[in-house]
Amino acid sequence: MIKRLIGIKPEDLKMTLEHLKNEGFIYLSFITAVDKLKSFELYYRLVNPESGECAVVKTEIDREEPGIDSVTDLFKGANWHEREIYDLFGIKFKGHPELRRILLYDGFEGHPLRKDWSSPDVEKRPGDFV
Amino acid sequence: MEEKRELETFDFKINMGPQHPSTHGVFRLTLKLDGETVVDAEPEIGYLHRSVEKIAENRTYEQALPLTDRLDYVNAMGNNLAYVMAVEDTAGIEVPERAKAIRVVMAELNRIASHLISLGTQGLEVGSHTFFLYCFRERERILDLFEKASGGRLTYSYFRFGGLSKDLPDGWVKEALEFLKDFEEKMKEYYVLFLDNPIYRGRATGIGIIAPELAINYGASGPVLRGSGVPLDLRKKAPYLIYDQLEFDVPVGTDGDVWDRSWVRFREMQESVRIIRQVLDNLPSGPVLEREARYVVIEEGMVNYFAVESPRGELGFFIVSDGSEKPYRLKIRSPAFVNLSMIREVVKGEKLADIPLIIGSLDPVFGEVDR
Repeated sequence: MIKRLIGIKPEDLKMTLEHLKNEGFIYLSFITAVDKLKSFELYYRLVNPESGECAVVKTEIDREEPGIDSVTDLFKGANWHEREIYDLFGIKFKGHPELRRILLYDGFEGHPLRKDWSSPDVEKRPGDFV
Repeated sequence: MEEKRELETFDFKINMGPQHPSTHGVFRLTLKLDGETVVDAEPEIGYLHRSVEKIAENRTYEQALPLTDRLDYVNAMGNNLAYVMAVEDTAGIEVPERAKAIRVVMAELNRIASHLISLGTQGLEVGSHTFFLYCFRERERILDLFEKASGGRLTYSYFRFGGLSKDLPDGWVKEALEFLKDFEEKMKEYYVLFLDNPIYRGRATGIGIIAPELAINYGASGPVLRGSGVPLDLRKKAPYLIYDQLEFDVPVGTDGDVWDRSWVRFREMQESVRIIRQVLDNLPSGPVLEREARYVVIEEGMVNYFAVESPRGELGFFIVSDGSEKPYRLKIRSPAFVNLSMIREVVKGEKLADIPLIIGSLDPVFGEVDR
């Protein structure tokens, strides 16, 4: 169960996470994104390993040219999470050391976890097995 | 007179994988070497990417269940458990006591099976083929138990929303207890044969050291984190099922090297045996499934995350619902993915010959890393 959900503006993200980190939430469990058609939602889950408490930070960003600050300097583990979100959602993380695709190959077109993405293979064969 | 000059050397790159026998799956590592010492490493994943998260968006909650078996295929029960419990937690489905107890037994048996593979392949790395075969022999007995209960040997889908697909067959508990008895005896032998073996100690001690601060900063979990001395175990910190009523220890390492991680896995198997014994001795009677929730609909706008302690660490499912019978978004928090992301820092300064051991000690399963 998510007990503590903190909604913030995207520009306050780094400040919030830094504040939480100083409070003892030093463990970044995961980062993920959700395509809400009009915007993208980003979720950051932090854990306090001493007490086992957790906090989820949620922010919403624009869907046109989506971008947000990278938190790799606070949490090294954010590196692959952010690369995965860039790969599958196309959200750009400013300040990320090596923002490139991670799961899909470099020549892949589009970002498949966006709701408006459809496979080019399906479109080539209309009516075939679909 | 010839002028004296320094010998000029330069770093060179070698490629390990994706089809390398000791990368434990399809994983590519480009190593930059100075002689035998690794200066830098470039990990490449995604060779087993099957877009499980996207497929799940087009399936109902129950149809997505078999997908979870195929993520971490050496721990299919644990993956089923994490997914089923995430959905139950979100939809508010109750589970009968007997089903809870059997779920614990299955998850712990699968933990033993998974750690056996991890330790066995560590044996292969240092040339101990006998130990590898012993591990697989023990694992075979666990798979037999799973087959009797669920019908499958590798992918079970044994759990349902609200309980289990069927009750245990007659004589299963007796057989499981027999296995535990034999296994406990054999474990003493295996400790001497493998962990305490001077060859393995010599090879695995002092390599692949992960400092506790680094492990936490990377979000590592499971034996990789506990090998570095951080006692974070979700079964203790955020108990689910009946773990809060059971007695068990959380073993932690001291140095955070490869040997410590193997030792933690070994000790965890002993603790799992202890847990299974406690549950089987007081197995509650009653139904295992009161009302099957085949058609789960979660109310609109629900956002939930539920994690369990898999053999590799914190395995969680993040569910966003739009009020339909299909998940709007299903994110899998894969422990192997996060643990593997440390690889670049862990292999720096190590010798080339130790790299397979170090990768093996992180215990990645690529079905889960790539999803």
